[in-house]
Amino acid sequence: MSSLQMPKVDSSILSKKDKIISDIGRIINPKNVLSHPDELRPFETDGLTAYRQMPMVVVMPETVKEVSSILKYCNDNKVKVVPRGAGTGLSGGSLPLEDCVLMAMGKFNKILEIDYENRCVVTQPCVTNLAITHAVQDNGFYYAPDPSSQIACSIGGNVAENSGGVHSLKYGATTNNLLGIEVVLMDGTITKFGGKAMDSEGYDFLGLMTGSEGLLGVITEVTVKILKSPEIVKAALIGFPTIEDAGNCVAEIIAEGCIPAGMEIMDKALTKATNDYSKAGYPTDAEAMMIVEFDGTEHEVEAYIEKAKQIAEKNNSSSLKISKSNEERLKFWAGRKAAFPACGVLAPDYMCMDGSIPRGKLAEVLREITRLSKKYDLPVANAFHAGDGNLHPLIMFDANDKNSLKKCEDFGADILKYCVKVGGALTGEHGVGIEKRELMCEAFNDKDIQQQLTIKVALDPNSLLNPGKVYPILRKCAEEGRVHVHGGKTKFPDIPRF
Amino acid sequence: MEEKQNFQTSLDFNQNIFKPSTREEIVEIVKNCYKKSIPLEISGLQSKNKIGRNFQAEKTLDLSNYKGIIDYRPEELYIKVKAGTPISEIEEALKKNNQQLAFEPNDFGYLFSGESNSGSIGGVVACNFAGSRRFKVGSVRDHLLGFQGINGKGETIKSGGTVVKNVTGYDLCKILSGSFGTLTVLTEISIKVLPKPETSKTLIIKNPHVKKALNYLGQSLSSSTDPSGGVFYPDYFGKNFILNDLTHDGGLTGIRIEGPMNSVDQRINRLSKELALMDNEFSVLDSVQTEIFWNKTKNLEVFKNSKSNLIRVVVPISETLQVIQKLKKDDLNYFIDWGGSLIWMAFDHLNSKILSEIKEITKNHQGYYTLIKIEDDFKASADIFTIDPIKYKISEKIKKSFDPKRIFNPGKMYTGI
Repeated sequence: MSSLQMPKVDSSILSKKDKIISDIGRIINPKNVLSHPDELRPFETDGLTAYRQMPMVVVMPETVKEVSSILKYCNDNKVKVVPRGAGTGLSGGSLPLEDCVLMAMGKFNKILEIDYENRCVVTQPCVTNLAITHAVQDNGFYYAPDPSSQIACSIGGNVAENSGGVHSLKYGATTNNLLGIEVVLMDGTITKFGGKAMDSEGYDFLGLMTGSEGLLGVITEVTVKILKSPEIVKAALIGFPTIEDAGNCVAEIIAEGCIPAGMEIMDKALTKATNDYSKAGYPTDAEAMMIVEFDGTEHEVEAYIEKAKQIAEKNNSSSLKISKSNEERLKFWAGRKAAFPACGVLAPDYMCMDGSIPRGKLAEVLREITRLSKKYDLPVANAFHAGDGNLHPLIMFDANDKNSLKKCEDFGADILKYCVKVGGALTGEHGVGIEKRELMCEAFNDKDIQQQLTIKVALDPNSLLNPGKVYPILRKCAEEGRVHVHGGKTKFPDIPRF
Repeated sequence: MEEKQNFQTSLDFNQNIFKPSTREEIVEIVKNCYKKSIPLEISGLQSKNKIGRNFQAEKTLDLSNYKGIIDYRPEELYIKVKAGTPISEIEEALKKNNQQLAFEPNDFGYLFSGESNSGSIGGVVACNFAGSRRFKVGSVRDHLLGFQGINGKGETIKSGGTVVKNVTGYDLCKILSGSFGTLTVLTEISIKVLPKPETSKTLIIKNPHVKKALNYLGQSLSSSTDPSGGVFYPDYFGKNFILNDLTHDGGLTGIRIEGPMNSVDQRINRLSKELALMDNEFSVLDSVQTEIFWNKTKNLEVFKNSKSNLIRVVVPISETLQVIQKLKKDDLNYFIDWGGSLIWMAFDHLNSKILSEIKEITKNHQGYYTLIKIEDDFKASADIFTIDPIKYKISEKIKKSFDPKRIFNPGKMYTGI
């Protein structure tokens, strides 16, 4: 495990471990309180497996009242709480702390209501993203955000991370498809933000909670909107001789007024790896390969596909295939969706980065990544949600070699810093978690971060809910000279640091 | 004159209305107000300033001089502007590149002053009122990519950026949208822009009955014809629409379809079949008439110069009919937007009894209301926005975290906030 400073372990809490376990065992069914090391082991990490930490205890509440009582108990007794959904997050958002109660929401696994009249689904948070679509697809509906982990990731986790997916250019991320949530605050307050009606009265707490990475509340119910499935979906698979040509094609398609449902680019390394792995029929000689997909009614899709084809040809496309059937379209995607396992074949480990950049900077950023790959002597393959500028470089390394992991993390950090430099963002859809926590000072100055911290303090004054995530631990930031510390005193001495 | 010396810019703090043209000036004004605990009314182009509770502010921060496009990148689908920039100026610039603000900001000018005033982008974000495309593309808050603003201590803060996918830190764009200037003075706004559809047409169904209209709207919104607007105007508003292809002047349901030419025709055709409409029951507006029709809707032109009180009620579509039936009074005029879930209700007379009835009914039907226009003598005592005690408590804390001395628009939304 690479070194990363986490909030100071409270030894007084650890010394009261048995009492805490028995107290919580009186709040909920004691069978749902896990404390044996064998029971805790599955919870020691999430999708960011380079970091592991056993929690003090795992609790699995079954009702919102139990969630509320546990949080209130922990708040009164100053016990840290880390919420966890399906544990698929890639930024370490549910990494436990040694002295924490890990609140695993796995028992909240039921869809509560399907309401076609209002085109929404009310569900418990640990239902998977894909299960929502499965529940409504027979009636011709679906839930639009589709993170690649959708088969396993929970909808509550999607809300906490504001997850996106390949279709977010046209349909938005979780925040744009969410109507309401029920949430429990750290002091045990149960409340609902939003509902089945669009927008809501007063401050938009629904929007604030979405993407807050489990720092502001624990989500216990989610209402999402569902959409009518498009009548037809078609995709084009296009090869380009240079990354620049592919980048220009993306910009022109957008400028022409066609908004594709998805637009993906892979570089040569990844095209080859995924094609070898999934036999998707990709143009492996192309420097960049693009999948562009349109959905809608027949005439609409035909018109857009034709336009995309003309733009691709104008931009020197070296090959171009248009899906003739749904099977063929899914085959186009099979390789892209197998990008991660394909990289797994190439190297013992890989780390998936997640930066966002202006579409027009694609070629420039990819050139920089190639340069950094040489500098760090680590291979990299690039997948890119080109439509919305979300870049996923996959850095390959060997986790058994400590030096290799360190190099990989430094390489990743350099990529993200470059994304910010060209006007992009540190994370497009995976969240900050612990992974990008120390890079927050690249994107924000201390005033920006302090404003966010005052919101945290307003809702969780003791900073007990998922501490150590998202925001840099001050000492580290100060060491790097990014947060202004004057005379040994910070600007906001009343704000707890975590 | 002591105040003047505190200013590094040329502003005079003795004046009551500040019209800064630089961010530095705004910072100085806010810092001074913070220091002296002076309440400040934040104002833009006066198009929506009558919405909200009455409150006392010693000084006014008028942002109408803080305007201009900072950066417009059509291919990146964003425009970055200063907060006081008029919506009309932004729309003009976007039009040149065949782009638009897809959330169709309401123009409240007709309602309050009888003529167009679509306000400033800062005001549009602060109020978060979206037009007819809401159910398809989201609200204003869904299009705000990033901002820079000044918090209640005079500190410059930012969140978001110019890229569409960004989950770095809390999404402050959301909490500021619809906060009616009570949390932060917005200075710079980056907003998502989208291509204008190639063409658009509107299926107008002649029918006077709200129940039938809601069925049409519900069916359309659940069909794969992908409408981008759905309204119902009762009989008394039909005559407000004088258009070549509109052959009748009674109650009507309008459903807008947008996209490439062929596709629009195909979908209009399909929709009329799906709704089982007879030839004499509907007409189709071409793109020019469609634009006029939906502009009138977003501008609330049926309420132009009306002296009535206007309430904006939002409920789930399944509840709309019951809410209308329960609130039906002799002096009620209303129309329905957002494909069935937004009801604009105008009452000639409003009193606290009727208002508590509206409050109760909207709440029981899982919705909320906002008082948009209200007679002056009743305004002081009326609840303009609804809120429950738990959310009030959280709102108080959030307000304090941005504006600890409550200097920005104090009391505009709720007493004490």
